[in-house]
Amino acid sequence: MAEDMIGASIRRTEDFRFLTGQGHYLDDINRPNQVHAYFLRSPHAHAKIRSIDTAAAQSAPGVVAVFTGADIAADKVGGLICGWVVTDRHGQPHKAPPHPPLAQDTVRYVGDHVAVVIAESVAQARDAAELIEVDYEMLPAVVDTAKALDPDTPQLHADAPGNLCFDWELGDKAAVDAAFAKAHHVTRLDLVNNRLIPNAMEPRAAIGEYDGGADSYTCYSTSQNPHLLRLILCAFVLGVPEHKMRVVAPDVGGGFGSKIFCYAEEVVCTWAAKKVKRPVKWTAERGESFLSDAHGRDHVTHAELAMDESGKFLALKVDTIAGMGAYLSTFATCVPTYLHATLLAGQYATPAIHANVKAVFTNTAPVDAYRGAGRPEATYLIERIVECAARELRIDPAELRRRNFIRPDQFPYQTPVALVYDTGDYEAALDEALKMADYAGFAARKAESTKHGKLRGIGLSAYIEACGIAPSAVVGSLGAGVGLWESGQIRFSPTGTVSIFTGSHSHGQSHETTFAQLISDALGVPMEKIDVVHGDTDRIPFGMGTYGSRSLAVGGSALMRAADKIIEKGKKIAAHLMEASVGDIEYSKGTFRVAGTDRTKSMAEVAFAAYVPHNYPADLEPGLDETAFYDPANFTYPAGVHIAEVEVDPDTGLVDIVNWVAVDDFGKVINPMVVEGQVHGGIAQGIGQALLENCVYDKESGQLVTGSYMDYCMPRADDLPSFKVGMTETPCTHNPIGAKGCGEAGAIAAPPALINAITDAIGIMHMEMPATPEKVWQAIRQTRPAAAAE
Amino acid sequence: MPTVSMTVNGKAASGDAEPRTLLVHFLRETLGLTGTHVGCDTSQCGACVVHVDGKSVKSCTMLAVQANGAEVTTIEGLANGELHPMQAAFREHHGLQCGFCTPGMVMSAIDLVRHNATPSESDIREWLEGNICRCTGYHNIVKAIQAGAQAMKG
Repeated sequence: MAEDMIGASIRRTEDFRFLTGQGHYLDDINRPNQVHAYFLRSPHAHAKIRSIDTAAAQSAPGVVAVFTGADIAADKVGGLICGWVVTDRHGQPHKAPPHPPLAQDTVRYVGDHVAVVIAESVAQARDAAELIEVDYEMLPAVVDTAKALDPDTPQLHADAPGNLCFDWELGDKAAVDAAFAKAHHVTRLDLVNNRLIPNAMEPRAAIGEYDGGADSYTCYSTSQNPHLLRLILCAFVLGVPEHKMRVVAPDVGGGFGSKIFCYAEEVVCTWAAKKVKRPVKWTAERGESFLSDAHGRDHVTHAELAMDESGKFLALKVDTIAGMGAYLSTFATCVPTYLHATLLAGQYATPAIHANVKAVFTNTAPVDAYRGAGRPEATYLIERIVECAARELRIDPAELRRRNFIRPDQFPYQTPVALVYDTGDYEAALDEALKMADYAGFAARKAESTKHGKLRGIGLSAYIEACGIAPSAVVGSLGAGVGLWESGQIRFSPTGTVSIFTGSHSHGQSHETTFAQLISDALGVPMEKIDVVHGDTDRIPFGMGTYGSRSLAVGGSALMRAADKIIEKGKKIAAHLMEASVGDIEYSKGTFRVAGTDRTKSMAEVAFAAYVPHNYPADLEPGLDETAFYDPANFTYPAGVHIAEVEVDPDTGLVDIVNWVAVDDFGKVINPMVVEGQVHGGIAQGIGQALLENCVYDKESGQLVTGSYMDYCMPRADDLPSFKVGMTETPCTHNPIGAKGCGEAGAIAAPPALINAITDAIGIMHMEMPATPEKVWQAIRQTRPAAAAE
Repeated sequence: MPTVSMTVNGKAASGDAEPRTLLVHFLRETLGLTGTHVGCDTSQCGACVVHVDGKSVKSCTMLAVQANGAEVTTIEGLANGELHPMQAAFREHHGLQCGFCTPGMVMSAIDLVRHNATPSESDIREWLEGNICRCTGYHNIVKAIQAGAQAMKG
């Protein structure tokens, strides 16, 4: 049994309940005597609130209470916080203007929270909200990230002059300038990393509950990290002692980053539960998700790459304006800085890199981490500019990448942008991907397409990411307000069954299977005797949650450390039971053996003795229940190569993805089926960004134009191909599993591969995402004046 | 308030429903069948697909009163001691991750097979136009449905 656990595509434990409709997502939970909240949101992008009249709403049928910003202020409820302080290039902290859970006197984006109606039913709350009269004084708005810093632009916050949150830099500017001065060739590129709306299929939801007898709260939330939410709710917003707050994140239907953050709704529901003395439930309508979930990406970038005669990269310089939205979300500031600029070496031995990032406020929903978070933006600009350089220098794009890769003998590799890559073999992934994609046969396929009047293109993307976030000392020195370790606890019962408690949270990642596999292998306990518990602050040790592809590399490593402690204690118990010395006990796959003998005790026998210690040493504690906290020594560095091949119809501009190859190095893989599934989903989101998805605010009114599934183009099944997924493996050198993380890779790798393929097909240098048929068709017309005249 | 009666998963079920109550809310809130999910408010995502009189229907586009007297099957009504072949195929081929879109996907897939016993990959991708999944990239859903269709023949 145990031998086959690691690397086996074990079918998932969690599937039975999801497939039979027995999951417990938040909206499936109802608390006795609960009431329902409906949020009145700002219809304007920027306005002063002159007055709010709630009288008619208060007396509407079923209404229990109506609260506005004045009630929040009267109770001294704190604002939402940004947990990562970026220090700008003048040594000043970023600007973090107040972010009240209900607007005080100004609304700053369409969807901003104005009032909450609490009623016996959702319908009654919604009906009553229509009776609230708000007198707004309209203010001019700015929704365009590229224009936010312009001198005549409307200002959002008095304490953020010029709409500037911070002006930050990383890297050696003098070295970069010197390299550019002696460059043989410089490639320049302006590009936009289009703003996206995450759209987990389960809308956000919350239930706040207050127990007057115990003076304690429970907050049910669709959270990726319940303890972090508890910490923010208690220490920063509600002023409640942490031991008086339980946060439960039950089955959560996807997150992709958007459920990391502390939002106004869970604050208000929890606060209001005490006010109305009843549980208060809120479930977002999809329209509210579009308006108020933290959005992703939104970078406007100018990049320049300097090269020598042979195409060797000498230096890269990057200037980015990053949209933060109207307020800072929980981790907004670290995304365009420490998760973006630090990745600008990519897979290449570029000796000098400098990045300047200006973060700006606009009258739009807050922007924060979304699958990849900063790393897709870095990869997109690197892999686009490298592609353009290859075309300008007339060097095969695969060859140019190969010439510049960090070689295996250079690891550990110190990049010029702070990170130390522990291990990797980039050429191995490239070779495998070229083979799987039949790169050599592309010219023949292109000729065949041309015969049929189609334009064929191929595009590569060699990505890297920094995952497993992160060594606490490092992130602390960079401004993080928390440590980013993880906890794991393994508890045996007297009959030998095991409960695993993890601070990681599974909302599609398959932890209930993968973590059980890991511990089944380590402790020799059959999978069916293991349960994985997560998502409830009253059950699990304090944990940091799931984001940054960290669950296995950090959460799994914590569990392995806990397993080590179980084995260590088990050896003492086994030594006693077999009347041997502890030093003579060997452990392997669930069996303790006196070295060199056939005398053994199984893990189950040891667990039983631990709980029924009738014959037990006096100096050993009963019980078999161990907790470990794991703080990683470094980030992990998954990397790989994706190759997209497209056929473009010049008559319609429609892009058909005819082949997709992904070769990834995730280090040690526990469950290949799960990992491949993560790759598929990531690629789909990356293709979505490159081909279909775009968050659009009307530049005049600031209205969200793409506020529903009829306007925001989600990838459907017939938009996507099947994917060919391959793997290489260089195990991570600094965690006990050797795993690197796989959750974000596809979303990082895919966009540049696809845009490289499309621009290759059309024969142009660049096209902004998403490459819609209209945009592609226009580009083809411009490259072919003859065709346009037909 | 009108009383609505229907057969749900083979059993008689009835309850009061406001005229504006959607079938999905009647199933979830009145009958406690929370396996059917709500993922949007524009009838695009398909998380709420159930069978009404043998046809797949987005239960957010139908009023509860319109289903009066109908035979309704939800995800909870599929497994009969063991998983329905389509459910089993989704598990075998890892056709679900977070599980939220899954009930609608499975119900939709079964209706596809009733229309087309041996769907090709493109048949499946086209049929799923009304079901959005954000996790899987559809790759394994397509494989699962092909395998499920094969298993349903047996």
